[in-house]
Amino acid sequence: MSKGDPLLQVTDLVKHFPIKSGILIDREVARVRAVDGVSLTLNEGETLGLVGESGCGKSTLGRAILQLTEPTSGSVRFAGEELVGRSRRELRPLRRQMQMIFQDPFASLNPRKRVGQIVGDPLELHKLAKGAELKRRVQELLERVGLQAEHYNRYPHEFSGGQRQRIGIARALALQPKLIVADEPVSALDVSVQAQIINLLEELQDEFGLAYLFVAHDLGVVRHVSDRVAVMYLGKIVESSGADALYEKPIHPYSNALLSAVPIPDPKRNAARERLVLEGDVPSPIDPPPGCSFHTRCPWATDVCKTDEPALVEYDSGHAAACHHPLNVDEAAKVRR
Amino acid sequence: MSPILTVKDLVVSFATEDGVVQAVGGISFELAAGEILAIVGESGCGKSVTAQTLIGLTRAPNAIIAGSVDYRGRELNGLDDDQLRHVRGEEIAMVFQDPMTSLNPVYRIGDQITEMIHAHRDVSDAEARNRAVELLRSVGIPNPERRVRDYPHEFSGGMRQRVMIAMALSLEPEVLIADEPTTALDVTIQAQILQLIEGLNHDRDLAVVLITHDLGVVAEVADRVVVMYAGQIVEDGTLDEIFYDPRHPYTWGLLGSLTRLDQPRPVRLPQIGGQPPSLLAPPPGCRFAPRCPHAFEKCAEPPPLEARTGGTHLDRCWLGPAEKTTLREVEGRICLGEPA
Repeated sequence: MSKGDPLLQVTDLVKHFPIKSGILIDREVARVRAVDGVSLTLNEGETLGLVGESGCGKSTLGRAILQLTEPTSGSVRFAGEELVGRSRRELRPLRRQMQMIFQDPFASLNPRKRVGQIVGDPLELHKLAKGAELKRRVQELLERVGLQAEHYNRYPHEFSGGQRQRIGIARALALQPKLIVADEPVSALDVSVQAQIINLLEELQDEFGLAYLFVAHDLGVVRHVSDRVAVMYLGKIVESSGADALYEKPIHPYSNALLSAVPIPDPKRNAARERLVLEGDVPSPIDPPPGCSFHTRCPWATDVCKTDEPALVEYDSGHAAACHHPLNVDEAAKVRR
Repeated sequence: MSPILTVKDLVVSFATEDGVVQAVGGISFELAAGEILAIVGESGCGKSVTAQTLIGLTRAPNAIIAGSVDYRGRELNGLDDDQLRHVRGEEIAMVFQDPMTSLNPVYRIGDQITEMIHAHRDVSDAEARNRAVELLRSVGIPNPERRVRDYPHEFSGGMRQRVMIAMALSLEPEVLIADEPTTALDVTIQAQILQLIEGLNHDRDLAVVLITHDLGVVAEVADRVVVMYAGQIVEDGTLDEIFYDPRHPYTWGLLGSLTRLDQPRPVRLPQIGGQPPSLLAPPPGCRFAPRCPHAFEKCAEPPPLEARTGGTHLDRCWLGPAEKTTLREVEGRICLGEPA
């Protein structure tokens, strides 16, 4: 990998889940277009926030990038190496460098294993440590994430949600990865504990130079942790930008609607601002609307939106959106595209 | 306005293998007619148990309930099942957090609503059916005539929550208890449901007890706020009092640790250290003291919930009013006084 190359480069990644029917012959009757042509890049030590509502494909994208689910097509280059199409065996040396933190701290830890085993297994599997050395490394990790060395012999059920999430983080850190995909790492936690975990993740990033792909539905959390943010809707990225630009000047009407739907914990400001309440629900990804997939809910939609799919256009340096009727963009920029 | 629901010294305990857990440790509050009261707190603070106890969903022999729940001069604690059945739905109705599991998956939506109407009112099938269609229409479900014949799985999460609300309204209750009604929903759908609840409150004068952990939701719809911590009320005040003049360090911590879209992002998010205490053996003094950065000797004694500055703004903290004003300003991120 030459210097300046992005750590992670995803191009036109597609993940479709076939829906099959029939008893003897598995006939494919439809496909769920969970991820439908996503391109993104992530630099070393950087955090890319991926936001969207349930069912928009953000979790599937995270998993497809790590090859936890096999992409239908497209390319994922990690540190200069192509991941798509590699066998499990070929992937294993690279897995050391890319780890995952899961959403549900109650389901992502094996209840029958002790904490020491949960955190130590990756080290043992990759033959990085054993015996007393293994125990010492695990205890160091536990202390680093805010637990105690004596928690080594405890079981997951003895811990609270926040503490379990710390165990999951210690496990992800064990192999000293470069990239961590964090799939809703704080959404199961209470706000006061959420703040603890977010602060921990940020400290660890500074200390180990980690890159995060931070998947979440909470726009406030994403803004806090991210350098750049990508907004997903029905399997596609509809807007991507620097973290502040998205929140100050959203271009895509969907980003605008998402931001406007987040209640502000300040009664007067909340009452004073203009709200855009979207009607209807997210359409099914089995049969997404033609043209711009947001046109069924978009207040600005016109005829062109029903037929032509808008391309992702860069309006400002590093700020791109896929929309026929972009907001917060001056006329000159509209003509240029 | 005189209160329609008065809760006094409510204690709810559960016997467990490890001992008695006091989930709700003696709470008192009032709900005025036509008001939206928010009960805020984190998991395990007792807010949902409180809500369930109000309509008799926690009961012996599992739960030991003491104290009083007074609805329009009638004591609800201790009513038998028959008597409770008349209260539930007709006077006080409830909407639960998870719309996916609170509807019966094998019955049509219309049948689930008419079942409730038939159980309480002497009406014909056609009348009940019409009423169900009207209810669905009133909560914003498109094509209600067709939708009454659909099963729950044919509805999205937001639409199911609308169905739950329609069902709760079917007997025209005066009080709606909504336990985390939007927590399982996406933000754009949450905005729709909150708008619906506000509309019902406004148009029908429906009093609402809104249980939530989300202070953003509170700021959006509530008139008054009760903050709970470890089974106790730690602060009780109007919406403006809680957001612009919070008087308990736990409320400061909650407000401070939010990731807010309306303020510049801080380098480091203020956090409340530690964990909420186990309710098997809560701290003997102030229950928040072990996590409180401002705790002092006096906090070893339990502070009472009282108005410390006159008025109706109550808090459970030993610090003096002047100290509170200085201390909370040091914490910074809370929006105090008039917003910019």
